[in-house]
Amino acid sequence: MQAYIARRLLALIPTLFFASVIVFVTVRLIPGDIIDLMMSQNDISAGKKDREALQAALGLDKPMYIQYFHWIGAILFSGDMGKSLWQNTPVTEQLLQRLPVTFELGLLSLLVALSVAIPIGVYSAIRQDTAGDYVTRSFSILMLAVPSFWLGTLVMVFPAIWWGWSPQIRFVPFTQDPIQNLSQMIVPSIILGCSLSAITMRLTRTMMLEVLRQDYVRTAWAKGLSEKLVVMRHALRNALIPVVTLIGLQAPILIGGAVIMEQIFVIPGMGLLLLEAVSQRDYPIITGVFLVVGLAVMVINLIVDLSYGLLDPKVRYR
Amino acid sequence: MTSVADTALAQAKPRPRRGPFMDFVIRLFREKPLGAAGAVVFMVFLFCGLFADLLAPYGYNQISLMNRLKPPSLAFPFGTDHSGRDMLSRCLYGAQLSVIIGFCAAGLATVISIVLGVLTGYLGGKFDMVVQRFVDAWMSFPELIVLIVVVSVVGPGMPQIIVVLGLALGIAGSRIVRGAVVSVRENMYVHAAKSTGAKTARILWRHVLPNVMAPVIILFTNRVAVAILAESGLSFLGFGVPPPAPTWGGMLSGSGRAYMYQGPWLALAPGLCLTVVVYAISVFGDALRDLLDPRMRGSR
Repeated sequence: MQAYIARRLLALIPTLFFASVIVFVTVRLIPGDIIDLMMSQNDISAGKKDREALQAALGLDKPMYIQYFHWIGAILFSGDMGKSLWQNTPVTEQLLQRLPVTFELGLLSLLVALSVAIPIGVYSAIRQDTAGDYVTRSFSILMLAVPSFWLGTLVMVFPAIWWGWSPQIRFVPFTQDPIQNLSQMIVPSIILGCSLSAITMRLTRTMMLEVLRQDYVRTAWAKGLSEKLVVMRHALRNALIPVVTLIGLQAPILIGGAVIMEQIFVIPGMGLLLLEAVSQRDYPIITGVFLVVGLAVMVINLIVDLSYGLLDPKVRYR
Repeated sequence: MTSVADTALAQAKPRPRRGPFMDFVIRLFREKPLGAAGAVVFMVFLFCGLFADLLAPYGYNQISLMNRLKPPSLAFPFGTDHSGRDMLSRCLYGAQLSVIIGFCAAGLATVISIVLGVLTGYLGGKFDMVVQRFVDAWMSFPELIVLIVVVSVVGPGMPQIIVVLGLALGIAGSRIVRGAVVSVRENMYVHAAKSTGAKTARILWRHVLPNVMAPVIILFTNRVAVAILAESGLSFLGFGVPPPAPTWGGMLSGSGRAYMYQGPWLALAPGLCLTVVVYAISVFGDALRDLLDPRMRGSR
């Protein structure tokens, strides 16, 4: 297992390098000069000397690869991602404030997705080709097609018109008042979770169908075990291994969905921070969010891969 | 007697050949009726998008203050918005934008996927390893976040969205093409072509590419749906095609959202259009996958 973990961690290094290059290069795609942009945003007209001084202060007078090494070195050795152009506060500080909120939303959505998808996927497989199976399969395709932002909009509009109820949009941190916090988080989590559940539901069903036809399941039936024992102990455990991998693959969808939910339900997470930064063209924050989101997805995938190693002995000894 | 002989002759005549495309269409309708229904809806959507100028009863930005926030009626089947603009016309023009963005982005994405997937899958070695680590890194970034960041840098607009979506989806999709190429390159006909001294470019063009077309077609269909959804998500957040262009996502946000409590139909039409189209493309894509690629059958 240790060799497996070491291999997996080593494989992460080039991926991390490429991710940092993607972030660095993308934000430097700005047409024209960032100095002009900063000056136009701050209504400053400066001479050539001022421009050169500002370029030197930002390190923009150096070649691109040196700029990259300075940037990545500051992040790696002192966690410094620069300062917000508008608030003049460290980007790392802002990210650390917002990250737990998005993490909470993501975790709750994942819990909703799994608690909807796995029981329905199992039911659909053990009752294959019945009316219940058709209904659940249609539901899963429908959930794939319904955009989460539309669902969010409907939840904001129609309950308010029909019952005068609207979801709470004043954010209270979990540490301050867990009940108030959860009452705000639950609606976006359900919406995001339902969207995510569709693919998991389809995969659970497919894997269960495959596993239920295996010899060891037939043996379990032949031993006279109850349906509950056969399904839960023998079939589901093996069927869930690819489902765990899917959680890693869905991490980018989860984070992308969280941006939209945070915007609709005014949740001050990373998504809302990114949208605010984009509207103000606050590039250090945009770069920071971009990098942290990529890192978060990689860490989730690493955890998933390591847990895959724990769940499936074949992976450990490969 | 003559008529009996004629009938016998007519019966003996071979059935006219329909061609592979018509055969496929008939198979689709016989074996996958839901997928066929999806294809029909998809065609209707395409038609509406292409001929929105002819089909729309009003202009997409035709303001009529006399008809502000009118509920659905015969004159305005989807109602009107806060500026008195006809929602049906706006939805039809929205379909046009979705068709353009969906098809162009999916087309670009497919070309990128093919180039990257075929080259890395066939050449293998260090080149493949380095490119795959780059693809891993790229896939760590959610499409929507990449879109938001790039649009914030280069500014909003249809060409930017198409290029960024094409790149984002194309790089990620190269994994699927690569997987197909890796299995095709081990076939005997590829080895035979190599042994006759065929050049790599010829092998790729004549032997590898035609044999990975099934997953490529499925990938393209799926990418159309993903591109439409991604563009509408981006427009919903206010970073899509700038107003007054009527995007479905944009109609659900911005100033329109404030009036939804007075005119709830404003929240229904664009979302329903989006859901129906994506649903139709999804079931059509599923049917295509089952018919074209038997290896992927059952992976629902």
